[in-house]
Amino acid sequence: MSAEGTALARGAARARRGTLPDRAFHALTLLFALLVLLILSGVVFALISGALPALGEFGFGFLTTQAWNPVTEKFGALAPIYGTLVTSAIAMLIAIPVAFGVALFITELSPNWLKRPLATMIELLAAIPSIIYGIWGLFVLAPFVQQYIQPALIETLGQIPGIGLLFAGPPLGIGVLTAGFILAIMVLPFISSIMREVFETVPAVLKESTYALGATTTEVVWQVVLPYTRLGVVGGILLGLGRALGETMAVTFVIGNSHRIHASILQPGTTISAALANEFTEAVGDLYLSSLIALGLILFAITFIVLALAKLLLLRLDRQAGR
Amino acid sequence: MQLYTRRRLTHWLVMVLSVVATAFGLLWLVLVLSTLVINGVGAIGPSLFTQMTPPPGSSGGLLNAIAGSLAMTAIATLVGTPTGILAGTYLAEYARGNWFGEVVRFVNDILLSAPSIIIGLFVYEVMVIRMGHFSAWAGAMALAIIVIPVVVRTTEDMLRLVPGALREAAAALGAPKWKVIVMIAYRAAIQGMLTGVLLAVARISGETAPLLFTVLNNQFWSTNLNAPMANLPVVIFQFAMSPYADWQSLAWGGALLITAAILLLNITARMLAAWSSFKP
Repeated sequence: MSAEGTALARGAARARRGTLPDRAFHALTLLFALLVLLILSGVVFALISGALPALGEFGFGFLTTQAWNPVTEKFGALAPIYGTLVTSAIAMLIAIPVAFGVALFITELSPNWLKRPLATMIELLAAIPSIIYGIWGLFVLAPFVQQYIQPALIETLGQIPGIGLLFAGPPLGIGVLTAGFILAIMVLPFISSIMREVFETVPAVLKESTYALGATTTEVVWQVVLPYTRLGVVGGILLGLGRALGETMAVTFVIGNSHRIHASILQPGTTISAALANEFTEAVGDLYLSSLIALGLILFAITFIVLALAKLLLLRLDRQAGR
Repeated sequence: MQLYTRRRLTHWLVMVLSVVATAFGLLWLVLVLSTLVINGVGAIGPSLFTQMTPPPGSSGGLLNAIAGSLAMTAIATLVGTPTGILAGTYLAEYARGNWFGEVVRFVNDILLSAPSIIIGLFVYEVMVIRMGHFSAWAGAMALAIIVIPVVVRTTEDMLRLVPGALREAAAALGAPKWKVIVMIAYRAAIQGMLTGVLLAVARISGETAPLLFTVLNNQFWSTNLNAPMANLPVVIFQFAMSPYADWQSLAWGGALLITAAILLLNITARMLAAWSSFKP
């Protein structure tokens, strides 16, 4: 009787722990989940150890000087950091309103049969690789900007005292503005698809009751949909910002790669990722290479913060929706 | 009445602006694709697929670059897919609601959107410096690291869509958990998981930044994975930036080729997802 009892207990314990293949499969999947953690910590560790020589040499000044001279081995990250932030800012200024318009059209205005094809076509913009935008930007967009857009900007906005400084100088075609514009096209699909997804989570009852009170579509979107999806919209914008900050090839083609900060956004500049793409394989000397890796570390830190923030906001939205 | 007119006016203004925004977005898709076709079609011909990348001033094709890209994409997919599927399985099947799962999911999402050039830097530090030279292995590893988070994410999402009743039915018949996962859950979610792999392949076939400092480039035919290898994205980058007209024309041809392949992969993936048995 008692022998039978212990056998039963042993069986129950085994069922709880699972059989040997069961535990082996669990361990195997756990191992690969750990690998994901290992990759990210490896990235952080490799960047920090690679950047140490440069950070040790220049200290905090690395962030605040704009000297970039491989001959005298004086390096400062200010110009690439500035370029990264300004191009991304231009991109967001253009992309956010357009993405909002697209999401609004697809969720509220478009007839049902058109919704899916439209959403797919906008998302295909995100599938086109960065290098294609780069070569298109260099051969098609830059000459167009040089011939039509920049002269117009210089003649109108460039004449206003104050902000005229932003639009000064000869029309070169390539430069910070063109890079920002290409980035805007590239991040547009990311932002608009998230906006569209969160707009679709708004309960129909809420919208219908606002319509029943006599509100127009604009008022429904502005006073019901947007407040309801605030977190998700900001999360989507941050996700797009994360993309814009780290985008490499398209920017490398059109920004002009100059390590000098110009007040004018029509002039060439550089970004962290463009500097890396252009100079990394040609960098001679340990300090030069280490300075470039330090640039990479700064870029990673900035994008990490932006992406983590985006993720947290979207996570809170999920909780709010009870998913 | 005046208030009413004003409200209607704002309404129409916003509606018109939203139509304009949508047209603006689609315009770029049309412009980029049509430029690619106009400039690239001239370079597409038999020689593109049968000849090597030429020195400036003579004719040639992209055979070595196409072969190199295919080889590295294949290795990256072979390495990244099983890794991603197993890690995604852990998240969906063993880590529901535990903090470790949350951490892995968070880290995976960061990797998913991290700039690809950073991945290139990492592989440069870990492989290229250790081995002392650029190699196709390093390039394939960089691409595999980009594949993994995409596959992890879609695998987890798709496994979560599999109804619990299916799992319970299998368990009631006495199947151990690993069998339930492999023989029931995987089979139910296979289309969705395949979609994820296709999207990952589409994503890495155009990746340039991480290849710049891992495989470099090679002007000649090479099957040695332990040495620099030609690949389409980097060849396009170098040829497009060059002042030679025939190099630029080859770059357009390569760009058209890559984009067509990627759009095809994307559309196939979407159709596959639309057919899949469980919809989100």
